[in-house]
This record gives sequence, C-alpha cells and structure tokens, in this order.
Amino acid sequence: MKVRLTVNGQDRSDDVEPRLLLVHYLRQHLGLRAANVGCDTTSCGACTVLLNGKSVKSCTVLTVQASGQEVTTAEGLAPEGDLHPVQRAFRAEHGLQCGFCTPGMVMAATGLLAENPHPTEEEVRAGLEGNFCRCTGYHNIVRAVLTAAGTMSTGATTSTESAQ
Amino acid sequence: MIPAPFEYAAAESAGHALELLAEYGDDAKLLAGGHSLLPMMKLRLAVPSVLIDIGGVNELAYIRTDGDDLVIGATTRHADVAGSERVRSGAPLLAYSAAQVGDPQIRHRGTIGGSLAHADPAADLPMALTALGGSVELMSPSGTRTVPAGDFFTGYFETSLEPGELLSAVRVPRQPGADWGYQKFVRRANDWAIVGAAAVAGRVALANMGPTPIRARAVEQALADGAGPAEAAELAADGTEPGEDIHADRAFRQHLSRVLTRRALEHQRG
Amino acid sequence: MSILGTRVLRTEDPGFLTRGGVYTDDVEDERLAGACHVFFVRSPVAHAVIRSVDVSAAREAPGVIAVFTGADLTGLPALPPPVPGMINDLMNQPLLARDVVRFVGEPVAMVVTQDPYQGEDAAELVDADYDLLPPVVDMSAATAADPIFPDAHTNVAASFGDADQFDPALFDGCETIVTRTIENQRVAPAPMETRAAAAAWGEDKDAGGRLTAWIPNQGAQGTRAVVASMLGIDPASVRIITPDVGGAFGAKFGADPEHGLVCWVARQLGRPARWAETRAENMVAMTHGRAQRQTITIGGRRDGTVLAYRLEILQDSGAYPKFGAILPSLTILMTPGPYSFPRAEAAAVSVLTNTTPVGAYRGAGRPEATAAVERAIDLFAAEIGMDPADVRRKNLLPAFTEPHTTAFGAVYDSGDYTTALDKALAAAGYQDLRDEQAKRRANGDVVQLGIGLASYVEITGSGSEAGRPQENATVEVHPDGSATILTGTSPHGQGHSTVWAMLASEELGIPVDKITVKWGDTDLIPQGGGTGGSRSLQQGGAAVQQASQELLEEARQRAAGELEANPADLVFDIGSSAFTVAGDPDASVPLARLAETERLVVRSVFSAPGATFPFGAHVAVVEVDTETGKAVLRRMVTVDDAGTLVNPLLAEGQRHGGIAQGAAQAFLEEVVYDADGNPLTTTFADYPFLSATEVPSFELADMATPTTYNPLGAKGIGEAGTIGATPAVQNAVVDAVSHLGVRHIDMPTSPQRVWRALREAAAPPAAGTAAPAAGTSESRDAQ
Repeated sequence: MKVRLTVNGQDRSDDVEPRLLLVHYLRQHLGLRAANVGCDTTSCGACTVLLNGKSVKSCTVLTVQASGQEVTTAEGLAPEGDLHPVQRAFRAEHGLQCGFCTPGMVMAATGLLAENPHPTEEEVRAGLEGNFCRCTGYHNIVRAVLTAAGTMSTGATTSTESAQ
Repeated sequence: MIPAPFEYAAAESAGHALELLAEYGDDAKLLAGGHSLLPMMKLRLAVPSVLIDIGGVNELAYIRTDGDDLVIGATTRHADVAGSERVRSGAPLLAYSAAQVGDPQIRHRGTIGGSLAHADPAADLPMALTALGGSVELMSPSGTRTVPAGDFFTGYFETSLEPGELLSAVRVPRQPGADWGYQKFVRRANDWAIVGAAAVAGRVALANMGPTPIRARAVEQALADGAGPAEAAELAADGTEPGEDIHADRAFRQHLSRVLTRRALEHQRG
Repeated sequence: MSILGTRVLRTEDPGFLTRGGVYTDDVEDERLAGACHVFFVRSPVAHAVIRSVDVSAAREAPGVIAVFTGADLTGLPALPPPVPGMINDLMNQPLLARDVVRFVGEPVAMVVTQDPYQGEDAAELVDADYDLLPPVVDMSAATAADPIFPDAHTNVAASFGDADQFDPALFDGCETIVTRTIENQRVAPAPMETRAAAAAWGEDKDAGGRLTAWIPNQGAQGTRAVVASMLGIDPASVRIITPDVGGAFGAKFGADPEHGLVCWVARQLGRPARWAETRAENMVAMTHGRAQRQTITIGGRRDGTVLAYRLEILQDSGAYPKFGAILPSLTILMTPGPYSFPRAEAAAVSVLTNTTPVGAYRGAGRPEATAAVERAIDLFAAEIGMDPADVRRKNLLPAFTEPHTTAFGAVYDSGDYTTALDKALAAAGYQDLRDEQAKRRANGDVVQLGIGLASYVEITGSGSEAGRPQENATVEVHPDGSATILTGTSPHGQGHSTVWAMLASEELGIPVDKITVKWGDTDLIPQGGGTGGSRSLQQGGAAVQQASQELLEEARQRAAGELEANPADLVFDIGSSAFTVAGDPDASVPLARLAETERLVVRSVFSAPGATFPFGAHVAVVEVDTETGKAVLRRMVTVDDAGTLVNPLLAEGQRHGGIAQGAAQAFLEEVVYDADGNPLTTTFADYPFLSATEVPSFELADMATPTTYNPLGAKGIGEAGTIGATPAVQNAVVDAVSHLGVRHIDMPTSPQRVWRALREAAAPPAAGTAAPAAGTSESRDAQ
C-alpha cells in the first residue's frame, strides 16, 4: 500500500504492508527509534506519538491509517540540539531513569498540556494513566509536567536549552 | 506482536463501505479507530482477511440533535463525545461514560460505533447506551434499521449486526437536567469495569454482570413502586449470573452490583 | 564548594529525551548487517512429555531461514543452576526443552526469519504434540508431589536450616503467642524493556572465533560467563556489549537460555541474529520475583516486649532453580530486622513447581524478611491491644555506631532505628492520623482510614565477587582536558554517568560534562560486579573516587618534575584543575597537560570491609472503602537512611521508584496461575501494572547516618523503597479494618480479599468449614 504522511514536518511516502504498525514504520523504515514497544495490548504507552497533534499509541495504529496525516515524535518536538519545555522539565525534575517509557511519556504529556495547559496534579495523573513507568513511581514525572505547564504558560516556550 | 496479514481497503463513503462489505463478505471486518479490533488482531484472536477502513468517512463523524434525540455518527471519537457541549448537556451520562473509556490516547482514536459493535460487556459505552435507552442505526444496502440497545447486544462480544451491515449512528434520548449516576469499579483507572452501574431517570444498567450489559429490571420496578435507592439497589443482582475472573468471583460481583447500583441511584459518580 | 551532595541534573538525559535511549533493539552496527530474526515457540502447557515437534510447515513459510528444536542442540550443555553447591545439581535446564516441558512459556523451538513479522507468522505453524503430565502448581503441594526431575527424586531444590530442629522451648515464658501463614506473592519484575539480544561472530569462528553479543543486562562480566557456559566456550571468546537497558530490577543479571540460543543461531547460520521478545513472552519467561509462603510466630509479654520470633519459609523456585532458589538465605540472614529479639530462629525450603522460574526482584530476599517481621509485629500489637508504634519502639535495637552482629550472622555497620521511626511518625503527623481514624471509626464511616508502619534494616553491597565486596574503576585524563571513567558497575536508570562524573570532578576539577563514563563492554572492562543489591555507589562510586585520588597523586609526581618542585610543595587548584607551587602562583601546570606525553590513567580496586545496612521507617496512609473492599493509597511518608548522599536528586528518584513498586506489591500486583498451571496474567491488561493514578506523591523525610565502610559514607538506596513500603501499605490496609475484627489480609490486598476478610470477621465461618487457603491463623494465650 502506498502511504504519504508528514513526520516531524517532513513529507514521507512509502509502500508498506497493510499490517505494518505505525510504531514499526517509524522505527524500522524511518529510523526514528524514540518510540518504543513495551507491551502488546495498547496498555503501556511507550509508543505514544502525536497524530494531528493528539496523543495516540502508535502500536495500535496501522501505518495506512496514518496516511495523509501528521505525526510528531519525541525526535521532532524541538529543533536538533534543543529541548522542548516538556523535555527540559523532565530533566530538571529527574522525571526519567531508564528512559524506556520517556519518549512516550513526553509525548503524552505534551498532548495533555495542549488540551489542558493548567492541569492540577490529579489531572496530570489521570492524563498519564495510559503511560506506564517502572522506575520513577511517577512522582517526578508528575512534577515535571506541572513544571512544564508553569514554564509554558509564562511565555518561556521560546527559550531552549542545548541538548548536549 | 503483530496482526496476521490482511488486505486493506479504505472506504470513501458509507455507501462505499457497504459495497466493499458486500464484495468481501464474511472475511471482511470494518475498521474505524481500531482500538477494539487491532488489539484482538495483534493477539491473533481476530484474523480477518480484509479490513475495510471507515475511519476516513467524514459523513459518519458527527454529533447532531434530531428532535428529542441526540444522534452521534459511528466514527465519532470517544474524546469528541466526551468533550461535546451538545452531549454534555443533552446526555451527560454518555459524555461522562465516553470519558471513562481506556486512557486519553485510546479516547483519541477509539470510536463510539466501534466500541458498541465490539460489545464487551465490561465496557463503558454499551452500559451507558443500555441505561439511556438508546439505540443504534444499522445501515445496509436495503436501508437503515434502528435497533434498541436491549436487542443489539445479544451475547458475549456478540450483536445483532447482520453480515453486510454497518453500524452508522447511535441515538439516545435527550434528557437535559435528568439526575444520573455512574459507577465504574476498577483496580486501576484504565481498566475495564470489574462491575459497572449506570442510572438515569429510573433506568439502571449494569456492566460485566453477564454476557451483555444488562438492565437491572427488578431495581427499576422497585423504584417505580416507590422504593428508595438503598432498598431498590438490594435487588440489583437478582437473576444475574456474572462470570468469574482473577478480580472477582460471582458472589463478590453480585455484592458489588448492589453497592454500585445504590451509589449510582444516589447520583454518585466514580 | 563541593559538588558532592548537590542536585546535579543528569548528563545522560538529553539523549533519552530526544532520540530516545539506544536499547538492544535500537542498536545499529555494521557487524549486525543482514541479521536474521529469532522467534521462540513456547510451551502452552505447564507439564508434559513432548511427543513430537513438527516444524515442516513452518520451514515452508515465507521468509523462514531455519527452524530449530531441542533435538538440534545436541552439542550444547544444559544450563546448570547458579551458585554451585547450594542447589540440587540434578535440576539443569536444557536451553530448548528436549523431552519434557516444565512450565508454560518454556522455549520449545526457534523460528529464524529474514524479517521479524515473518517469525510471528511462521511460529504459528510449528506443531508440537504433548502428553500431559500432572502439574505441580501450588508450592505447598510440591514436596509430596511426584518429582519434576525424576532423577532428582525430590522437588526440593535447596534448603536452609531445618525446621525439624527448631527449639521446642523457643516460646517458653511468653504470655502471648501469635502465629500465622502469610503470602509474599509472586510478582513480575516487568521492566519496560523486555529481553532482547543481538549476536555476531567474527570471521574466524571455527578457529576460536569470537562472539560479540549485545544483551540488556546488569553486569556484562557476569553475562559473559553465563553465555560462554551455555555455548561451552571460553569466556575470552565472548565480548558482551551493554546497550542502554530499559529497567532490570534484578531480573537481567546473568543471561537466560534465550540469550545463549540467539548467539548459537548466529554461529550455526553464519550470520548475525537478533531477538526482541513480546510482553506476553516476557510475562511468562523472564524470571518472576518473591513467591514465598511464610509461617511467622511471635511471642512475648503483654507489655509489648517480644521474647521470641520464628520464621519458616517455603520458597517457590518455579520449574528450574535459579537465583530465587537461594534467596531464602538472604531472607533468613535478615530475620530479626531492626529488632532486639532475645530469641529468633528461621529455616527455609525451596521447592520446584511447574511455573516460571523465580529470580531476583528489587530487594531480592530482604523485602520478604521485612514483610514477615513487620506483619508479625502488627499481629502481636493487635493481640495485646497496643499501638504498633509503641511495640516497635519497645523492641528496636538501641542506636549503635560500632558494628552489631545478629544471631543470624549479619554484621550491621551502624543504625539508629528509633530515630528513623520517630522522624517518620512526626513527618506523617501520626497522632493526628490516629485521631482522624478514631473519628471515622466512631462515626462508622464507609471509608475508613488505615495507618501502616514498617521499620526496616536491609543489607546492601554484600558483594557478588568472592571475599570482600569490591569494585574497580579506571580514570583517565586526556590532553584536551576531558576525562573518561571505566566502571565495573552497570547502570540502567541509576544515573552513574552523572554521579561517577561528580565523584571524579570533585577530585580532579574537571567539569562533569567533560567526563565520559563507560561500562558494560567486557573487552574494555573485563572485570566488574555489575549493578544490583544496591552496591554501585558504595563500591563502584568509591572506586571512582579512589582511582581519581590515585590519579591525582600520579599527576602530582609528574607535575613536580615539570615544575621542578618538591611534590609536597604542590597545591592542586580544583577551580583551574592545575597544580601550582605553594607561594608561587605563576608556577602552574594543568592536569590535562600532564597527559600530553604519557597517558594519565589509573585503575583502582576498592574493597569494603563488608556490606552496609541502610535502614528507615515507612508510614502508609490508606483509605479503605468498607463496602467495596477497595484500598486507596493516600500518603507515603518515608525515612530512608542510606548514609551520605552524593546526589540527593537521584537518591530521591531511587526512593520514589522503590516505594511505588513496594506499594504496588502490597495492594495490586500478583502473578496468578490456574490449577493447571496456566498463567492468567500474561499481558499488561491482565497484570495490574501500577499507573500514575493509583499512587500519591510521596513525602520523603531526611536522615543520613554515614557509614565508615567507605570514604563516601554511602550505603545503598536502590531497594529501600520496596523493602519498607510493602509491609507499610499492607499493614495500613489491615489497620483500616482492624476495628471490625480483621487481623490479616494477604497481598495483594485486592478489593475481593478485603471484602471477604470483612465478611468473615463479621460472621466467622462455623467450625468445620474450610478456612481460606492461605492466612490460617491461630493465637493463644499461654497463661
């Protein structure tokens, strides 16, 4: 099947098997390996990306379903060498340890803040219910999302920090 | 895990989807958001040879008022149902129910029609439709028929959808201002209900208390006869034969159904 | 100002946050070009004779390169149990099942394909025929059941002490004795990254060619030893490279049969091979944790003084004895925990069942000890009607600074358990909580409040190498002013890149972001103990500090030559990372320049006098809905004293994660089998993995009592959370309903269990009716 989609602002077209999952298209065809596969059951959210700006689990989206649409992954959140405010907040609050859930968690958080820029702690926790983390106990992840909400709402969104 | 191989066809309209269904027959499955079907296919519990994608059919994604009813197109996403002012005011229980499905990512993809056609007795929307006295519209080349919730859910993951039919819309009576309650008992927020209870305007439906969402008719009758919530709720498990799993045996499910029904009748939400 | 003790942000994070970590499945390497993909066919039954495995249809499937069964592996040795001498050595695991399958999930065949999607299709075509054997599922039935290994004539894999030799007079003089059998249930480690491997052999494989294998692990050197033994080759012929590791929690130590098999496939086919398992495979074929059934007996006086304590352990080892089979020895070592019981004894038996093998899981044997004694203390407190905080205070060891040796041979380095408890109680507002609880009880509220306590001491850094605990580090300063550290530890989320750099920076004046930390490549770092048992900072970190100091001494000698000065007259200026001559600020040479003519590099081995014993106290506050039985964790307040902290930000992260995992075991998680040995919790939809909505933010109180066992003053912090939180949460759930007559609820304290406990307390089962399977209780007044 022919697919055409925009990934991190770049137009892509490919010929893929209908059953190819979006997460495998991103990882194997495009070499975008931030999104991970952590389960088989649409449970863990490690594969979360934005589809037309909304968080989705790319293990449960066929690549053909994403044709004609816009995909954003953790790689495309900030310009090369920079960190998005959500990414920066995850670092500042030590919201990651082993890192496996992190790209999905960051994308879910980014999608959450787009829908609800000023969440309460309870809303953050509910908003991340589809993203599992085994390392952090979620404590610092929740802090990071609240911190990001603060910096993004005070107009600090344009400031970036070197990624290296 | 990945699905077994299949052929894929994108429908351009509801009519086109019906043509494709007729063409491919029993081996075909309709794909909307894919959040009920694709997980089954990844576990190879479903192995359709053709997927007919109606996710891009715009005419099936809408929320309208039609007289005393609210009509929601089948491919309307859970997040859109949950966030719709029209649904929140006309059928707040439905909006609330849609907001309980899965998690945010699932609500961004999953559709109301897909969830109802999947007919999981533990799911939110089948219980909500049953409580609301809603119906589904089933489209076929020979026309559209309207089937009440009680007749639509026929068994465990089974419905009265005929081969070649497409669930095109969901219809619920508008009841602005009606008191309602909703109870979904889970161990984790994103789980299916161990038991659920939904109550609105004297009607009570239960989730995961049998092979389909069921009406708690004894409770409804008691209410009609003037019983209070606590008294009526004691009848919630009458006649039920819920299944058993790692979370609950039959006795515990029946107990929960009574507690949750009372809380739903007291208009509690949780 | 010292960088140590400050909240330095992790240097490794930007990569994780943008391109993502490079886990084994992400590795791109020219040695792996053209790799085939391995997919395992696993036993769907718990115990059976394999009648036949027909792979003919699978061989014809698209993309299939080869299909292998146990019959193809004749040259490979079976995998012996770890820790020779402690486990019955007639219980070896064949890498692929040969004649018998012994648990659901055991590998039976391998399908090798061009593309990973093809493997899943072809695996469905492998047709194995089984003759079912009766499975042993419940560990209590194991000793009497037919042996799973007939040649072994027993299902006992290991035993520690002898319950038949228990002192019949142990509880003499006790006014009250309580005994109970409790579950420390089987849980799944479930790291977010499942197991994986990638393997490639050098050109000259027949002439002693070398294997390069990328495997997620907790210590490449240990992994190398196991992989070499599985393949029957010299460890020198194996190079393990450790990519980023997406969590391990004890379950990625060493290597599993699948890892060895992927390497074997690569050798057999003469092309690189890769494997990444699905979550459903991970849930049945990665080792599980805990799985102890404990009988606890505690006796003492009605004033709260405990006089005697006994712990009898039945350990479920699963179908093949692994590290889990010997974990009871650690449980026994920590039997009395932080208490000064005058008399205590313990014994354990590890048995085989037809279930997934049991291995280490965060805490590994010590959480089980704490869970047992903390439940015992609460049962005793309830029996004599005393506040559990008071019973703890009465029995905790007094503060000590000189090593204290227990009756079980543990040498506690230092401890102040009462202060930890008092700090935790103060931070929680204990009396206010009790007042609130009393109010709700008096009102008969539907939602009751429970307050649970746990005092603990644990053992960390007990060493995985022979003799004294030790670890090595190599520090090199480069002419460009940067530095490289090689470490024998193996981080997978702990942040060694940052903390090891802080330790070197503190000595050498080189900025943290100019220091690269490397680990997990056995060619680069042939020795190392890896990361586990909360050992890394106190041994690996101490080695980095020691190597840095030794490097500075070497540099001082060189600088003295360069500056034509007496070494003793040189001053090292941290700010400029340069030596200057005292009194002559113009005579100076930077460290980096001293590396220009000759490499400036030091390898050093740090040895500790022994293990360290962190301690603390946890307070859990739960609400229990007495109608539905649902328990909700409202607060977790903890004191975790791990000595001096090098990076408090990261230490807090370790505590948070451990607390959540510990709490999850208490009220949520459990691996469940049906009576036939079929696992019922094989996906994250069925296994209740904790999400953000089930836990609150945690309240951490500070306490830091330095150890003298290493110059950093640091003890381990990685496992404290699971050790303290589990019994605290369980005790809190029981406490919430104790006024209704409930004395114990097994973990996980699921709604159904809580509801049933309440129902039974309200209407105790009549004499002669069956008691619940676990949790039989008996208490008696001895006078």
